[in-house]
Amino acid sequence: NSYFFETNANNTATITNLLKCFLLCWLYLCKDIRCKCICPPYRDVEGQIYKQNVSLKDCNCLHVVEPMPVDGKDVEAYCLRCECKYEERSSGTIKVTIIMYLSILGLLLLYMVYLTLLEPMLKRRLFGHSQLIQSDDDIGDQQPFANAHNVLSRSHSRPNMLNKVEHAQQRWRRQVQEQRKSVFDRHVVLS
Amino acid sequence: MESEQLYHRGYCRNSYNSIASASSDEELLDGAGIVMDFHTTEDDNLLDGDAASRGSNYTMSNGGGGPSSSTHLLDFLEEPIPGVGTYDDFHTIDWVREKCKDRERHRKINSKKKESAWEFTKSLYDAWSGWLVVTLTGLASGALAGLIDIAADWMNDLKEGVCLSAMWFNHEQCCWTSNETTFAERDKCPQWKSWAELILGQAEGPGSYIMNYFMYIYWALSFAFLAVCLVKVFAPYACGSGIPEIKTILSGFIIRGYLGKWTLMIKTITLVLAVASGLSLGKEGPLVHVACCCGNIFSYLFPKYSKNEAKKREVLSAASAAGVSVAFGAPIGGVLFSLEEVSYYFPLKTLWRSFFAALVAAFVLRSINPFGNSRLVLFYVEYHTPWYIFELLPFILLGVFGGLWGAFFIRANIAWCRRRKSTRFGKYPVLEVILVAAITAVVAFPNPYTRQNTSELIKELFTDCGPLESSQLCQYRSQMNGSKAFTDNPNRPAGPGVYSAMWQLCLALIFKIIMTIFTFGLKVPSGLFIPSMAIGAIAGRIVGIAMEQLAYYHHDWFLFKEWCEVGADCITPGLYAMVGAAACLGGVTRMTVSLVVIVFELTGGLEYIVPLMAAVMTSKWVGDAFGREGIYEAHIRLNGYPFLDAKEEFTHTTLARDVMRPRSSDPPLAVLTQDDLTVEELQSVINETSYNGFPVIVSKESQRLVGFALRRDITIAIENARRKQEGILLNSRVYFTQHAPTLPADSPRPLKLRSILDMSPFTVTDHTPMEIVVDIFRKLGLRQCLVTHNGIVLGIITKKNILEHLEELKQHTEPLAPSWYYHKKRYPSSHGSNGEPRSRVHHVQLIRSFQDGRREEDEEEVCLLNGSNL
Repeated sequence: NSYFFETNANNTATITNLLKCFLLCWLYLCKDIRCKCICPPYRDVEGQIYKQNVSLKDCNCLHVVEPMPVDGKDVEAYCLRCECKYEERSSGTIKVTIIMYLSILGLLLLYMVYLTLLEPMLKRRLFGHSQLIQSDDDIGDQQPFANAHNVLSRSHSRPNMLNKVEHAQQRWRRQVQEQRKSVFDRHVVLS
Repeated sequence: MESEQLYHRGYCRNSYNSIASASSDEELLDGAGIVMDFHTTEDDNLLDGDAASRGSNYTMSNGGGGPSSSTHLLDFLEEPIPGVGTYDDFHTIDWVREKCKDRERHRKINSKKKESAWEFTKSLYDAWSGWLVVTLTGLASGALAGLIDIAADWMNDLKEGVCLSAMWFNHEQCCWTSNETTFAERDKCPQWKSWAELILGQAEGPGSYIMNYFMYIYWALSFAFLAVCLVKVFAPYACGSGIPEIKTILSGFIIRGYLGKWTLMIKTITLVLAVASGLSLGKEGPLVHVACCCGNIFSYLFPKYSKNEAKKREVLSAASAAGVSVAFGAPIGGVLFSLEEVSYYFPLKTLWRSFFAALVAAFVLRSINPFGNSRLVLFYVEYHTPWYIFELLPFILLGVFGGLWGAFFIRANIAWCRRRKSTRFGKYPVLEVILVAAITAVVAFPNPYTRQNTSELIKELFTDCGPLESSQLCQYRSQMNGSKAFTDNPNRPAGPGVYSAMWQLCLALIFKIIMTIFTFGLKVPSGLFIPSMAIGAIAGRIVGIAMEQLAYYHHDWFLFKEWCEVGADCITPGLYAMVGAAACLGGVTRMTVSLVVIVFELTGGLEYIVPLMAAVMTSKWVGDAFGREGIYEAHIRLNGYPFLDAKEEFTHTTLARDVMRPRSSDPPLAVLTQDDLTVEELQSVINETSYNGFPVIVSKESQRLVGFALRRDITIAIENARRKQEGILLNSRVYFTQHAPTLPADSPRPLKLRSILDMSPFTVTDHTPMEIVVDIFRKLGLRQCLVTHNGIVLGIITKKNILEHLEELKQHTEPLAPSWYYHKKRYPSSHGSNGEPRSRVHHVQLIRSFQDGRREEDEEEVCLLNGSNL
């Protein structure tokens, strides 16, 4: 029993350490900082860009520009012209953002390919043409009382989860079709 | 008298549910007198019946609230019908009714507050939900803006090359730590590889140029294609800028799904693609749409907002402020934008919430730090150089340019969009996007100013030439001999780099002007702010450099003599670019205060407010001289949204009688009687007509008004009664009164519909001037208004009728103008040439003849507007 507790405690310690590491990384390590000094040409010295990983209070020409290209008496004049900027970024955020964005985009593209190419093909193979025609029919339902029916049936809960998802998807597709009609065919909105 | 015949025929032919609409005064007076004498007793009855509900003027308590104890003493058995009080797609909301519903709900919560601790907590939650929802909205829109910024930057650089060490870095981030960069080639670093380097293995030479050119076009086309496909398949509402639609929605229109989850997701994803594809568009306008989607989605978490359309619009106002706040990094500018441009109903409470939402959003974006410069926008600049009074002249000239550009752009873009809307050309949205993207990419690549991201271009143009600038714009001749001190450099003679930059900028200006006209309105998310600002900034920079050179070569002119001594820095070209950008944006959108504040927040310099104000005001004046509406109003008009502009004035002398429906030639008004209809008759009325609401009268003899019932509510109530209540048959009696009418013993159970009856519809008399009616509609946000004469219902005026009336009055004074000319807001004088008021008959006849011509011309517009008619 005691052994079990020990390992447990050990585990907790590792997890805390990991968390600490992660936090530290998030706060200090991954969030890269730099001090960038741009020094224009001076006399016979070429213009140069210096970058150093220093904190904000050290971000000036004297700390960052090394080796100093000019002699001692000219340092002040040279440094007057350099412009030092302290910048920070968080490369972790950028990485996560880009990867997240690309994965969402990829999923959407896959779903789009499925919806436009694969599904009609599968449906045709499985059900023949009848299903397609039927689904076209119930879009054109414009009875005034059908609408009320819709509104009221929304409040009733459906027992089956899968059924619900199917129903929601059908409704969404109908809505998109309606939107497509009004935007691209009838040009009543957003033209 | 023809109208009299119509009256009689109509009266005889029509059944119980119709009364005649009469048009001549004599008839009305006669009829009214008789009815008045005859039906006094019945009216008294009506008043008695109402005594129970006198406590509140409004007895509409369905949907959100449920019956309150004070108004429905006798209705304790009645529960609210689900769905009553909601709206159909493409309908106009009734602000008055929604506000009453909210007050009712508030009263209920307040009265229950003392009952228990739980109720008290609930009331606290309710009170705080407004702040909570705007906080969540601010958080979400800030985070999404950060995502869009980062992803768009990366994708934009993907057209040029890729970072080998870390694929997810854009060009600048890739070279972040690289120490190999030199002053001359500060943009190059070994980690960043252009496509030619990767594919051909060489960075220089014509072969690599062609390779880069090809890859640029390839990426631009594939981004544009992906964007338009995603929009078309998943969310067609995600296209365009969204601001005209949001304006319309905020004024009280329902477009279902416009602010939904899918629209949000697709707009966010495709916005990045569209910006990265190099099309001449910006992400600022769509960000407002994205923020509004967030506001709408989060308002579903709070019943106070999800069930009340008017309250929801308060959240949307705050959300649009948050959107501009993150788009420009200008929180106060965002609040003012919401107030000046998009919002329709903006109470002080909303102002504070907008302020808070803008603050939260800006804070979140700032902590994400998407550009790595600790700023919210890429083109943030800081100036400290002063400006001189003679410079006001070029600033005003820039304002004139901005106004001209705005007027030209609005006309050209509307003409193009009208073509897209009305001809077969609009049937190929994907092809159109591909075509425009291809032309843009092919033309843009050779010119360095059009090749780069528009935000970066604006940044370069805004930034003043210091000693550290490497851009071609700053290659002044004095910089070549390095020994001279740079920081206190006077105006310098331009070097060859500046001259070639001038040429390129001129070409870029022409290119941007042409492409923006064809780009705005494509079926991808496309904003207008950035291209407009770019055009203004290019023009401003050109003027600025011209002024600078003028001051350098002619420093003995009396203007320059005083301020620009030799060796003194007096002209700042970057400032001119900024003023030009503000002027062009002002010309297109016709914003003033919010625009100046936005630009001022972009630069952080208070001293440039006067030049900005001068330029923006001038551009508004010049633009207004050519047409009074901004691009958003023009698009609203083009699409025929029912938007009643609060800024316009109504100066005609027409009366409510001239505008109300039915017209004398139409079939009589469809009405319901309060207690002698059956369910079957009611259903047939609903099925046979397409009106969205029916006045309820005492009886067909009396024709006195009782209230107003909406079509949607009636259908829902009947359907509901069929499901829940036993014994409702087709021949059941329907009654709107407090007590059931006395019925024969064998008749089925009657159906009480009092709860869906609006007992306090707005009424005006038939002689009310339209000025007052229009004012009532604007200020109260009415959906419809009944027209009475001596207490008898004559007709109805809806928002759509008013809009049609405005359009007719506007058009029949300028019948010879070309079609786009109609979009000007010019009012005809209401008086004839001899100073006498025009006769009313004349008005009506002209209107009618015009109407016939219009019907076929734009059926689409009428179709959409029909949604909001009654």
